[in-house]
Amino acid sequence: MIVRSLFFAQYRDFAGADEIAVELPEAACVADLVQHLRAGGDGLSKLPAKPVVAVNMDYAPLATALRDGDEVAFIPPVAGG
Amino acid sequence: MPAHAAVTAEPIDAARLLGDSVSPDDGAALLFWGVVRNHNEGRPVSHLEYHAYAEMAERMMLRIGDEAVARFGVGDVRIVHRVGKLAIGEASVAIAVASPHRAEAYEASRYVIEELKKRVPVWKREGYVDGESEWVPGFAPGAETSGSPL
Repeated sequence: MIVRSLFFAQYRDFAGADEIAVELPEAACVADLVQHLRAGGDGLSKLPAKPVVAVNMDYAPLATALRDGDEVAFIPPVAGG
Repeated sequence: MPAHAAVTAEPIDAARLLGDSVSPDDGAALLFWGVVRNHNEGRPVSHLEYHAYAEMAERMMLRIGDEAVARFGVGDVRIVHRVGKLAIGEASVAIAVASPHRAEAYEASRYVIEELKKRVPVWKREGYVDGESEWVPGFAPGAETSGSPL
């Protein structure tokens, strides 16, 4: 399956892109995606091991199972207002 | 009434936001007007640059607005957050709350801004007078359901 990974603020700086499509084995969860991104040997190795994520625009635990086409956003500490 | 929420790159029209929130049932309307200040932690600031995960930010602000309506029984909550480069004195966020009575409006307004700061996916980069810039440290949202705080 392919999931869309979205990056913002500091994490966007790490990724060097707003969005990356990632191919994962079936039955992968968010934690698997995090591990995959951190192991790529690029700026994303600086992602925290347990980042805050949103799956399809809702905050979600790292154990959340992913499906083809899901949108996984990596959310650094927020500073709105 | 369901809450309203928007992320915008345009300056916020305070009078319109406040006016639109009021219905004939209301006896009070409050505006929270969050503005860019010229200093942070002792360092002179020249501007702020706001970034958002706009679609999710709107969704989270709507949810917070609806929570405030349900919790405090106010008539309407309207929330607008700016993105892009903002100068000192410009509004980055505006919250209009209209209510039959003032006490609930004050409580709802406070609730919305505090929750917004904790949960809404918006970030700001602070530009300093000396030319440097940095991401402003924030809150780790949903840490209880999304792994450890950073």
